[in-house]
Amino acid sequence: MPNVGNHGLSRYAIRMSHADLPFFPLRPGRVHEVCGPSAPVFAACAAAGLQRPVLWLREAWLTETLNPLGLLSFLDPTWVLLARTPTQTDSLALAEEALKDGSLALVVLEITRLLDLREGRRLQLAAGIGGTTGLCLIPEGMGSNAAETRWRATPIFDAAGTDSTPMRWEIIKNKSGTLGAWNVCWNAQAHRLDLVSPAGE
Amino acid sequence: MFAGTHRRIVSIWFPRLASDRALRACPVDGPFALAQRLGGAETLFCLNAEAEAAGLHRGMRMADARSFCPGLVSRLARPDLDMRFLAGLRRWAERYCPWVGIEGQDGLVLDITGAAHLWGGEETMCADILVRLTRAGITAQLGRGASLGAAWALAHFGPPSPETPEPDLLALPVAALRLKPNIVTGLQRLGLRCIGDLAASPRAPLARRFGPDLLTRLDQALGNSPEPVTPASEPPQFVTRMTLPEPIGLEGDVMAGLSRLLVPLCARLAAHQAGARQLVLTLRRVDQANQQVELRLAAPMRDPARILPLFTHGLAKVDAGFGIDQLRLEATQVEPLSPVQLGTPPVASPDRLADLLTRLGRRIGLENIHRFLPAKSHIPERSFLIAPAAFSPAQGGFHAPRPRPLRLFPPEPITATGPTPPARFRWRAMPLTTARATGPERITPEWWFEDENWRHGLRDYWRVETAEGRRLWLFFTPQNPGWFVQGEFA
Repeated sequence: MPNVGNHGLSRYAIRMSHADLPFFPLRPGRVHEVCGPSAPVFAACAAAGLQRPVLWLREAWLTETLNPLGLLSFLDPTWVLLARTPTQTDSLALAEEALKDGSLALVVLEITRLLDLREGRRLQLAAGIGGTTGLCLIPEGMGSNAAETRWRATPIFDAAGTDSTPMRWEIIKNKSGTLGAWNVCWNAQAHRLDLVSPAGE
Repeated sequence: MFAGTHRRIVSIWFPRLASDRALRACPVDGPFALAQRLGGAETLFCLNAEAEAAGLHRGMRMADARSFCPGLVSRLARPDLDMRFLAGLRRWAERYCPWVGIEGQDGLVLDITGAAHLWGGEETMCADILVRLTRAGITAQLGRGASLGAAWALAHFGPPSPETPEPDLLALPVAALRLKPNIVTGLQRLGLRCIGDLAASPRAPLARRFGPDLLTRLDQALGNSPEPVTPASEPPQFVTRMTLPEPIGLEGDVMAGLSRLLVPLCARLAAHQAGARQLVLTLRRVDQANQQVELRLAAPMRDPARILPLFTHGLAKVDAGFGIDQLRLEATQVEPLSPVQLGTPPVASPDRLADLLTRLGRRIGLENIHRFLPAKSHIPERSFLIAPAAFSPAQGGFHAPRPRPLRLFPPEPITATGPTPPARFRWRAMPLTTARATGPERITPEWWFEDENWRHGLRDYWRVETAEGRRLWLFFTPQNPGWFVQGEFA
């Protein structure tokens, strides 16, 4: 992304611990949203370390697949359950049912059309009943007003390191706090998120 | 001394079930036939009495039939509707006795043991059955006997209406024993034409020549070997209906009617320990146009007071037209809902996840909920399996030889040449600049699998980090030069 640019951010990297990133891990019992090219990575980070089943809902006509070998650096792929639904209405119904049940740790839902307020609110209520975290992967600008937080995750180029995964995470909507932006990097060895120097504008 | 009750069976045969059904829906004067397409030629499937009188018969070619009888009216046979019609007749026949089964494609069998006296005897009962069927336009032949086989034989080969005393079973032809055509022909060649001949001949040679089936059928017809009547089980119907003397149009009135329908429906659900998951309210208007309101519930429910307000949203959209004169409420999807103890906290059971999967699978099908299983292959698409979660237990043992992308997609071609990754390229309408490329990693196709996707041959995979941020998985096919994007790294 042009505003991040190719300025070798690792040179200034102050490795910080996971706890320094506010609002992450995501607040449980609520539904969150994430957009941007790195949204699936965000979801994988959110699912990492939960050690409980994760349901990933997507419509059957979408050709992309999640690669379990790519998931390995985040979590054990045996925790992931995938559901292929015929339409988004079915996805929403399944997400509501799964959020309400409470036996899952996280429900990831890929959104392809704009949710109305009723649908967003129903998901939010279901998440509250079951105490399950919901995460909607949305296309840019398709957020629902009912979401607790909305993030934008974009990958950035890391000039120094290899095999690292620097990203820029921005909170662009927050019901219970302020907005912000961070450069983060997933540490595949330690299975944790490293904060790489606050991304000041 | 009490000698036991004698079983009494009535068999009803509908010789023209299919054409009677079609004619009831749309009557035709004159010859009528149902045609069936068999191997490219249309043949007669079922015909009415006038068509038979005109010299037509079953199995005749449609073209021949038309030349014999130019005025023939024909329609296409619908065996599925015939079976539904027969099932309806079976339900109707339960008015005579509770033990009614379907016999073959075109018959019913009633176990009237101990039920005939309620109708004033067997003769009156059979006469009543015949009168009612004839009035409905259905041709039927009745047989009555001490066993299922005897009743069937008399229905098909006996006199058209049952007589007293019963005709002698032994005088009927051997075909009345429900035998295969080749056995019937064989018996006739031996000179055994009627059942009496068969009963009088020694059994052992018959069994040796025709197999055990023949003697079983003979014993069943003569009542020496038992044959039960299997009544078809009727699934519980969760439907209630209300017809109104005067049409109604106000929303409040419809809601009041609906509240009256919900009470018996929910009582029936409670009796079956079930809860409705999906309800359909059909409102019939006076101009015969139906309006449907569908309600899908997030959890099985059978509390009328809770369901009723949920209908308000859907009812508001209904156009009542000149008025509604019938309400019909059906629970189209029903799930078990056992009574729960009030006041105890819910117990977390270990198989809650399995229950959840079952519930999710009920909506999209259990085969659409997957999990990953490891597989031994270097081909990216085949390095893991996607298997239905309900039928395959979880397995560990995933191993990535080198970093693999988080997302895979079908290879998307990009325009580039040469064996090294292009400095600039366009992917999904985005101009991208290569900042660092790691590779190549050569993966050869598995020649022992026929794979359409690998027809380009070898692949050299590169991890390309772009200056714009995206980290893509590109491959080059040296045997058939071309560049493709197949995945995106975390």
